[in-house]
Amino acid sequence: MSLLLIVLLPLFGAVLPALMIRSGRNDCTIATAAINLLSLGLLLTHVPAVLRGEVVTASWAWLPTLGLNVQFFVDGLGLLFAGMILSIGLLVVVYARFYLGKGEPMGNFFTYLLLFQGAMVGIVLSNNLLLMLIFWELTSLSSFLLIGFWSHTVAGRQGARMALTITGCGGLSLIAGAMLIGQLVGSYEITEILEQGDLIKNSSMYPWILLLVLGGCFTKSAQFPFQFWLPHAMAAPTPVSAYLHSATMVKAGIFLMARLWPVLSGTDSWFYIVATTGLVTMLLGAIVALFQDDLKGLLAYSTISHLGLMTMLLGFATDMAVVACVFHIINHATFKAALFMNAGIIDHEVGSRDLNRLGGLLTLMPTTATIAIVAAASMGGLPPLNGFLSKEMMLEEAAHTSWASQAWVVPLLVTIASVFSFAYSLRYVVHTFFGKVRKDYPKPPHDPPAGLWMPPTVLLILVITIGIFPEALVGNIVRSATSSVTIGQVPEFHLKLWHGMSPAVLMSIVAVSVGALLIAMYKRVRGVWERRSRPSGKAIFDTGIRRLVWLTHNFNDRLHNGSLQRYLFVVITGASFLALLAYVRVGHVPGTREMLPVGAATLAAWALLMAACVIAVVNHRHRLIALITVNVIGLISSLAFVYLSAPDLALTQISVEVVTLILMLLALYFLPDESLIEATKSHRLRDGVLAIVVGLGVGGLAWATMTRDFTTLSDFYIAESIPGGGGANVVNVIIVDFRGFDTFGEIMVLGIAGLTIYALLEGMIHGRMGKKLAQWKPGPPKSPERHPMMMVVATRAMLPFAVMVSVYIFLRGHSLPGGGFIAALIVSIALIMQYMASGFKWAAEQVRFNYHVLLGGGALIAAAIGISSMVMDDAFLTSGYDHFHVPLIGDVELATAMVFDAGVFLTVVGGVMLALANLSNLGRCAAVEEKAGDSSEFNPAMYHPKREGE
Amino acid sequence: MELLVATAIAMMTASGIYLMLRARTYTVVLGLTLLTYAINLFVFCTGRLKTNRPAIIVDGQTDYTDPLPQALVLTAIVISFGMTALLLVLAVRSYFESDGDHVDLVGPEEVVARKR
Repeated sequence: MSLLLIVLLPLFGAVLPALMIRSGRNDCTIATAAINLLSLGLLLTHVPAVLRGEVVTASWAWLPTLGLNVQFFVDGLGLLFAGMILSIGLLVVVYARFYLGKGEPMGNFFTYLLLFQGAMVGIVLSNNLLLMLIFWELTSLSSFLLIGFWSHTVAGRQGARMALTITGCGGLSLIAGAMLIGQLVGSYEITEILEQGDLIKNSSMYPWILLLVLGGCFTKSAQFPFQFWLPHAMAAPTPVSAYLHSATMVKAGIFLMARLWPVLSGTDSWFYIVATTGLVTMLLGAIVALFQDDLKGLLAYSTISHLGLMTMLLGFATDMAVVACVFHIINHATFKAALFMNAGIIDHEVGSRDLNRLGGLLTLMPTTATIAIVAAASMGGLPPLNGFLSKEMMLEEAAHTSWASQAWVVPLLVTIASVFSFAYSLRYVVHTFFGKVRKDYPKPPHDPPAGLWMPPTVLLILVITIGIFPEALVGNIVRSATSSVTIGQVPEFHLKLWHGMSPAVLMSIVAVSVGALLIAMYKRVRGVWERRSRPSGKAIFDTGIRRLVWLTHNFNDRLHNGSLQRYLFVVITGASFLALLAYVRVGHVPGTREMLPVGAATLAAWALLMAACVIAVVNHRHRLIALITVNVIGLISSLAFVYLSAPDLALTQISVEVVTLILMLLALYFLPDESLIEATKSHRLRDGVLAIVVGLGVGGLAWATMTRDFTTLSDFYIAESIPGGGGANVVNVIIVDFRGFDTFGEIMVLGIAGLTIYALLEGMIHGRMGKKLAQWKPGPPKSPERHPMMMVVATRAMLPFAVMVSVYIFLRGHSLPGGGFIAALIVSIALIMQYMASGFKWAAEQVRFNYHVLLGGGALIAAAIGISSMVMDDAFLTSGYDHFHVPLIGDVELATAMVFDAGVFLTVVGGVMLALANLSNLGRCAAVEEKAGDSSEFNPAMYHPKREGE
Repeated sequence: MELLVATAIAMMTASGIYLMLRARTYTVVLGLTLLTYAINLFVFCTGRLKTNRPAIIVDGQTDYTDPLPQALVLTAIVISFGMTALLLVLAVRSYFESDGDHVDLVGPEEVVARKR
């Protein structure tokens, strides 16, 4: 359980800062830090077990049929990463509190940060590949929010977009790779997959798996040639860079390579792809870093270089290289996070991080300078700091690795990379803090408040102490993490500062002396660099994106020309074609089921329907006529329902018919009465032929269906209706009980439709549209009286009766035709009649409830009753019922399904009334002028008994 | 009876499709309404036709009509009302926004131009 909490605490706790920000920035920070600390504390409880070599697991079934389960485990590697993520996260939270300005939305920032943290911890603790992929994508998304936190800057938006595109594409590749692994192994459980190394490596799919998985790792960890997004992600606030781009997100790729190391490494292709990519990235990153003028840019390329180093070590695929890699992961996280924070301090207190505008800050910012010097010395690989140790181990490994039987390649290139690595570390310090004190700093430089220098100092203490007492401090965790990468094969090693003279020491000496030389003659070196043309990853990326956009535009414009008529024609033709295909392949002959006899009345109704259809088509340009004929057809179909043993349908259809008619009339008030003839004869002929073909097809299908015998599920529903649902009306029991979940979804749809209509109409009343509406003149009045007296009186008298009928229909619904839907429609009709007869203003004044509340309340009731059954350990919406004896009334049966039905009732009334009332309101807004004219006359709609008496 | 229902479904479908292919929003909504009737009736028919046997349990009676398609159609009727209402309001709104009720939001000139 605590494993799950480690992940879930930050994910769900992410809500907290967004809420806590209201009570101030400090409270918000404390809340964030508390969540972080709690999660870290939970993790630490597992330390003893993991160091003993145990693997703590926890799992819950989620979607077992897909192989997706909530499975977590913590081993040495997971512990190392999770510990880094949570502890550096804590420092970053403190740092960010003092870094972000007063006006910046700190609540949002911490929310994103915790989301990211949860996702990151999720990646490293997942014991299910699919679950890990979910967290993987979550880190891409949350890092997008974090990088683009300053969304007002172009660089912020572009950087965030680019990072998301690259890491997102990598994520897709990784998903494909993970699917292949899952298919091959037959399980997505990581501990199981790790045992199947031989199976995967010997499989014919191995090259694909390798490429796809590495595609995900290399993009995430900014390996060449995907490295270019990382420098642009530096547009993020510095705490983000310190967190994401030193310790966590960019290391996710490294983590995954380490995690899958047992099953993917050890082959030639692994060595040549991974080690080479790492080597190239390490070299290029180090060279480019030297020529960055932006402090964060320098650190970004340095990070790329160090990530390359770790990738290369994993690529070597020897146990000792893994030790070096794991050790360097720790060391890099400490010194790089400290340096990012340091760059942030300089930016914050001097107002610039451009090396051309800095220099001479040593005496002005002594604390900051100390942090920078120590951290940069570790980054450059100077003893006795931790960066030196792991770098020596790396050089040692590189020294006896031959590449394509050439023993000199790797050592030479690694030495060159180290030269540049030392050079840029030196430059970071020298060009910022040494040299003459300038007069033109953007802001007067001074050391920052403790909140900013404390977090990097904590890291520095680690940098120094790990450097001096490596074995005591991190020996065990390195051993434990290594053993989870190599599955138990930990080489004998002892972390210590001095190993005696070795090739590695010589390489380090070369690196330091040549690196120092490069800085001494930096101007000349820079000149050489500037004269060379360099391909820009961003330019290539931008061009690629532009081309892609252009292509899709072109393609889309041709396919989607914006004509609904054309779309409909294509869709209907396509559907007909598919239906035809099925017809030809299967064949369709009518069955031999006995037909029902036909009476004269039936025949007459049928003839009326056919005639109405013809009239509707012929007269469709006269809209009122078309509307009336369509309604005639609706009425006949409700009669058909009555005749064919479907009383519930008939009731629903007829009440919907009334509501629809009112709605259509209201809409017609605003729309033109007639349509012009627009289509050419051939066009109409084409549409006609298509319509007839589809009609014949659907009719034929109906005919064939009805004449065949069939089996149905309904025997179950009929048998179980009373014992299981407590109602005799099977249709209603199905709706509110057996298939209540469907109904739940449907009332949600109706509610959403009502809200959308409300939004659409509200938008018409205000602003530009409102002015247009006020100037709009309706056609000539259809009736001299706006509010006919008879109608006003009749509708008001009818209202209570209508409500009574509705309640009756509702209550009997479970056992006789009726129910929430029908009752709701009846009430809606009665209500809308008030609007029609007496006008919106009067009606709106009388209504003492809000339709939004009705709609939302109904949906909540339906949901609550559904969930209440889950509390009783039943499935969602399981119904319970019982009989009660009520004095005077007698035996009453109450079912929870009726409460659900009440929810349906409220939602439907709310949704329907939101649509109707607001549409009638539109008419009022349009007819403002007209109303002013007839105010002198007696307006029955304005009659109000109470007011009259006053 | 089955033949009458099938022809009615065919007729309503054909009229509905034809109206949906017209160029004005209101007509399209009417066409959609017709198509809805046809499809609801069609789904209803999959339970086969039966008279005087509503699915309301009465002691001693064993023969009932198929209630499942009815339950499906009942909610479909209400949902299609919601859809019709939404489309109508969209039609009204787009009429005010674009000063025309052509489904493709094109003005009279473009209609003429397109015809050529």
